[in-house]
Amino acid sequence: MRADAAPTEMSAAPARPSAGLQARAWLARRAEAVAIPVAAAVTGFALFGIFLGLMGKSPVQLVEIVWRGGFGSAFALGNTLQRAAPLLFAALCVALPARLGLVVIGGEGAIVLGGLAAAAVAPPLAALPAPLAIPLMACAAALVGAVWIGAVGWLQAYRGVNATISSLLLSYIAIALANHLIEGPLRDPTSLNKPSTLPVGEALMLGPMPGIGVHWGLGCGVIACLAAYLLMDRTTLGFAARIAGGNVRAAQIQGLPVGRLIVGFTALGGAFAALAGFFEVVAVQGTANGTLAAGYGYTGILVAFLARQNPIAIVPVAFLLGGIEASGGLIQRRMQLPDATVLVLEGLLFLVVLMSETLYGRFKLFSPHLWAAKRETAQVPATSVPA
Amino acid sequence: MNEDLGLWSVLLAVIGGAIRVSTPFLFVSLGETITERSGRINLGLEGTLVFGAMSAYGTAVLTNSPWAGVAVAALSGAAFGLLHGFVCRLPRVNDVAVGIALMLFGSGLAFFLGKPFIQPSAPPLPAIPFGFWSSLPQVRAALQVNVLFLAGAALSLVLWWAFRNTKAGLIVRVVGDSADAARAMGYDVDRVRLYATATGGALAGIGGAYLSLYYPGSWNEGVSSGQGLMAVALVIFARWNPLACFGAALLFGGAGALGPALQSVGVSQGYYLFYAAPYVLTLALLIATSSPDRALAGAPGELSLSK
Repeated sequence: MRADAAPTEMSAAPARPSAGLQARAWLARRAEAVAIPVAAAVTGFALFGIFLGLMGKSPVQLVEIVWRGGFGSAFALGNTLQRAAPLLFAALCVALPARLGLVVIGGEGAIVLGGLAAAAVAPPLAALPAPLAIPLMACAAALVGAVWIGAVGWLQAYRGVNATISSLLLSYIAIALANHLIEGPLRDPTSLNKPSTLPVGEALMLGPMPGIGVHWGLGCGVIACLAAYLLMDRTTLGFAARIAGGNVRAAQIQGLPVGRLIVGFTALGGAFAALAGFFEVVAVQGTANGTLAAGYGYTGILVAFLARQNPIAIVPVAFLLGGIEASGGLIQRRMQLPDATVLVLEGLLFLVVLMSETLYGRFKLFSPHLWAAKRETAQVPATSVPA
Repeated sequence: MNEDLGLWSVLLAVIGGAIRVSTPFLFVSLGETITERSGRINLGLEGTLVFGAMSAYGTAVLTNSPWAGVAVAALSGAAFGLLHGFVCRLPRVNDVAVGIALMLFGSGLAFFLGKPFIQPSAPPLPAIPFGFWSSLPQVRAALQVNVLFLAGAALSLVLWWAFRNTKAGLIVRVVGDSADAARAMGYDVDRVRLYATATGGALAGIGGAYLSLYYPGSWNEGVSSGQGLMAVALVIFARWNPLACFGAALLFGGAGALGPALQSVGVSQGYYLFYAAPYVLTLALLIATSSPDRALAGAPGELSLSK
């Protein structure tokens, strides 16, 4: 292994040798799953610090600004959480299909269409009471997203069209379609220089969650992540999906409905992504317009990969990236850096985290069965990589 | 009469657009063909394209020579290709995901370093006026053919020939079709893929140079509208055949020119839908040509995309 590809052994949680091997192995696996991504993220930040140093800027100042702009005050924290909310949903749109072996990168399209659908059904629903109308709007959004990304799964399962490429093409098509509708049939005639749909109206807007002043998208996003975790890791359905993702042939021989699993989980991912758009409309913008395509879908890809497609891990990672994105404006103003600075950092993080995939199972520290074992018996049974 | 000229001008604009718009598609898809023929997929060529556009423009502004810009774009593209090839040779690293990361990183870096070059203007690449015989300005405009387009056309012919008839071409193909066979023959699979990815990156960089130095001919953050990614789909459509890439690139260029051409004659209804035409076309072609039961005809056996 080359030197620059080694965010190596550090900050590993200690595994107790006194416990049974099973427990030790479990603990070591968890420790590895935390230590390697954390080490990779730290390495990514360090590389970015070097890059900034080469540009003649102070990396220390950057850390300070990210802290102040993303986490340091109640206002900054609120801003961060507001940005984290759509990332939770967008990342689920990547993570759920990923467990089935599909790399779906078109969540942005589902976000845009979901937001648009929510805004489009608002005027006819305005007569209904809000507790009835708002869930209906969410359903409309989720339905559109599920169909859009479910189509990606269907194309992969039944037509053999690569999901990565079809999802991306569909995302471009979705954004073009949304632009067409927002500037054409669905346009609010009074929105002059910023074409938008008719506002959903005060009555149908979601207020902040009590206590923290952040809209409900955050709470729902966290719940969605927990639910996705339970679905994936604690139900037979999720188990079947993971088998299909690990080995399609084995799953087919077992009689699992691989095609339907793929369509179902991609559709679910699409529904989640669309909810990100729904919350942007009913809790932030109040109307659907061009700002729906703000790039949450693309950052969501990064979040999902940083979280290694684990729905629980998505929550802290989305929080971290939300904070980095929230401090983007401050970085620009205080350090006279271009707005693409955050993009460079994200790209570096992404790259280093992907490189760290190669480290799993490489450290004796995380393989308790190797601690006492002799050389010749050291046949590593588990690489401890979740499918 | 006026009506007639209007429709003719749409056709001319589409032909001219096909020639003008297709060049980046052509270079990226030829580069991706080389990479994929070696058994790896590089989705990061979108980032390479954008970085190539920036580095070419910056170099051309600083040196006043567009060709120096093309050279630098090729070099920086090769560097991105090397990075991709290097990262992907690590065990258990997914080449598709690395491509996505490089897409983000390449465009981020390009926007970051390219900020100072948004204002100044660079010398453009030269074009050959093949429409000199006509008195119609539309014909002249449509047949204004850039040198890089001709170079790309020649390159697709050379590559088509080289894949069949040269040792290097055969090595790349054997590595892409069966890594085991290549290893048995004594070839270093990872090294061949590294070089193939670097070459592919260099070509994508040149495609980027065309974007910023000829058409649209300026550097800004919206210089590429996903051509790098569409070119990946285009390679599948072209069945990994360099000659077919040329035809497919022309088709895509024409589809991309349809919206602006119709708008220029007053059809402004559904502008955004025409903008989506190349994407719809790509998707339709993919659906029509894919099959769940067998790998795509002509697909390299080692390609994760077709497995």
